[in-house]
Amino acid sequence: MVLTGAEIVIRCLQEEKVEYVFGYPGGAVLYIYDALFQQESVRHVLVRHEQAAVHAADGYARSTEQVGVALVTSGPGATNAVTGIATAFCDSIPLVIISGQVPTAAIGQDAFQEVDTVGITRPCVKHNFLVKDVREIASTIKKAFYLAKTGRPGPVLVDIPKDVSMHKCEYEYPKDISMRSYNPVVKGHSGQIKKAVQLLLEARRPMIYTGGGVVLSNAAEQLTKLTRLLGYPITNTLMGLGGYPAGDRQYLGMPGMHGTYEANMAMHYSDVLLAVGARFDDRVIGLPSHFAEEPRKIIHIDIDPSSISKRVKVDVPIVGDVKEVLEEMIRQLESGEARPNPEALAAWWKQVDEWRGRNCMVYKNSDEIIKPQFVVQKLWEVTGGEAIVTSDVGQHQMWAAQYYPFTKPRRWLNSGGLGTMGVGMPYAMGAQLAHPDMQVACITGEASIQMNIQELSTCKQFRLPIKICNLNNRYLGMVRQWQQLFHGGRYSESYMDSLPDFAKLAESYGHVGIRIDKPSDVEGALREAFTTHKNELVFLDFQVDPTENVYPMVQGGKGLTEMILSAEDL
Amino acid sequence: MRHVISLLIENESGALSRVSGLFSARGYNIESLTVAPTEDASMSRMTIVTTGSDDIIEQITKQLNKLVEVVKVVDISEAAHIERELMLVKVRATGKDREEIKRTVDIFRARIIDVTDASYVVELTGNQGKLDAFLGAIEPALILETVRSGVCGIGRGDRVLKL
Repeated sequence: MVLTGAEIVIRCLQEEKVEYVFGYPGGAVLYIYDALFQQESVRHVLVRHEQAAVHAADGYARSTEQVGVALVTSGPGATNAVTGIATAFCDSIPLVIISGQVPTAAIGQDAFQEVDTVGITRPCVKHNFLVKDVREIASTIKKAFYLAKTGRPGPVLVDIPKDVSMHKCEYEYPKDISMRSYNPVVKGHSGQIKKAVQLLLEARRPMIYTGGGVVLSNAAEQLTKLTRLLGYPITNTLMGLGGYPAGDRQYLGMPGMHGTYEANMAMHYSDVLLAVGARFDDRVIGLPSHFAEEPRKIIHIDIDPSSISKRVKVDVPIVGDVKEVLEEMIRQLESGEARPNPEALAAWWKQVDEWRGRNCMVYKNSDEIIKPQFVVQKLWEVTGGEAIVTSDVGQHQMWAAQYYPFTKPRRWLNSGGLGTMGVGMPYAMGAQLAHPDMQVACITGEASIQMNIQELSTCKQFRLPIKICNLNNRYLGMVRQWQQLFHGGRYSESYMDSLPDFAKLAESYGHVGIRIDKPSDVEGALREAFTTHKNELVFLDFQVDPTENVYPMVQGGKGLTEMILSAEDL
Repeated sequence: MRHVISLLIENESGALSRVSGLFSARGYNIESLTVAPTEDASMSRMTIVTTGSDDIIEQITKQLNKLVEVVKVVDISEAAHIERELMLVKVRATGKDREEIKRTVDIFRARIIDVTDASYVVELTGNQGKLDAFLGAIEPALILETVRSGVCGIGRGDRVLKL
């Protein structure tokens, strides 16, 4: 059947069972939008800024197992999308971004709304393509989806010049794809797995440390099974929260810069560390040379060979899909006789529990002023711990990660790698569209939320009943915290004057806005939001303590065990 | 340590910038980089001379392998291999210098491929050391212009980099 390039694009999206495309039209994508208009199965979500289109597609992808799709025009459409693309790239989120380009003949002529999109995005995509011939659209989009979701996932961009989307050719969607240059390893090396299992069984102070790879590989069930089989302590990174049920006895909380005392101490003093889909990030292990001072054997499972031995030396590398490797480990453990040494393990747990006894997450609550941690705890209570929670970036992000225990994967969406302020609301939009019957909350701050505040309009148009919990402390909180601790209390440009009345702002978009000043009103406001206004967007503007800091804290450039546990340690 | 990395990459537009972009983005050194299509025109072969510790070289090969268009990567300097580089040198050749340069050219088994009454163009292939030695043997004031291709490398014996 002969179709235009634009029609082929839409057909391909249908073939890939794409439910939603997040986008914004413009000159170079007019044919594609025309083709979109003439069908029903692929639904388009019109955002108010291209950055939000990519973040929303990203939030959709994070909360499901699907590839998120965004559609933007050439020039500024593409450059606005770059932050979204880089955010997804840093957290290995599968996306396909389709961008319009000026007509082939105009490329290189400094045409209106022309930029070298492939060049600009090259360092922050898994791969990208410029399609120069209408006959290549179908195979390129097929490749894009394949690349996005296989191996270590990531965003893939397809740049389509306007004339290519207008030209016609015979359409056929390729059934399968094979690329001689791209063959990710999925199954782990069985000899290496055997070595790893043996090492784990011989451990006297074992620790399991898991990251976003567990979530991406849908391996939470396998991880939980293995961890319980071994009886070892476990920690989930910021990206890996929900990979193992928080609240379980074996769970030590999050590690790293704002991780728990027990998780960091157990990471540091373990003799065998099993790292699963985690990359020893600087926010997790602190100073690598300090981390290396303590001798320990490291087993590292990762689908990306370049993540292994990048920041720490690994003793048993296992390249493969986390789920497959964990399944094989469970199989080997269950079929063998050997079990962990009970005496050594009991002694280790005694030590771990002693660390846990420091109770590092305790904070001083108040009757006078709302503590941000208290809001997150109340949100957890009111939602029964069952909400999808998105966050922006800063203090509120850490409090959300610390005080909302996640028991399931794909419930916690945040920008862990790039640390992009402004993702919270678009993530919530994508998640709410993917899960219309679930409670979706966005924990944010008055600075982050303003980076994509225009999306309140999109939420109205698409009736997205997300609940925005604004922890409003009038400061760029994390910047202020660092300035207080490391810059002599000189609060350079971290105070925001002239904030809007967020409740009225939300109302002007047609939503519900509530301002909360007193601790005693927190729970009531949350209940009102999730019950009375269940089907509406509610903007909860909590006036929180502007002096509150995030603890525990490992300063940048310090070792993992050199923690500030509370303000008393200063 | 100096390493010579050979790779096969899809002969697509932009492939070179993916490789060079990777090196600059991650702060790796490139001493030289050569690229041309192979006997199979759908693929190019690249030779990159780089320096770095063992850890860095390991990351370089892993990161190169991660590029979607890269088909194969080998560090050919890990074992016996041959390196060759081509150099063209334009020298001022007048008076008694003409004879002296000719003699040096013969000693290095180079060739004179262009002659005017005031200059020669000398063509020379060899490893980097030989090319450097030739330049050292010519009076610096006589060297008008040099151009070097960068290093090409191949493994000795039955070590073959092929699809």
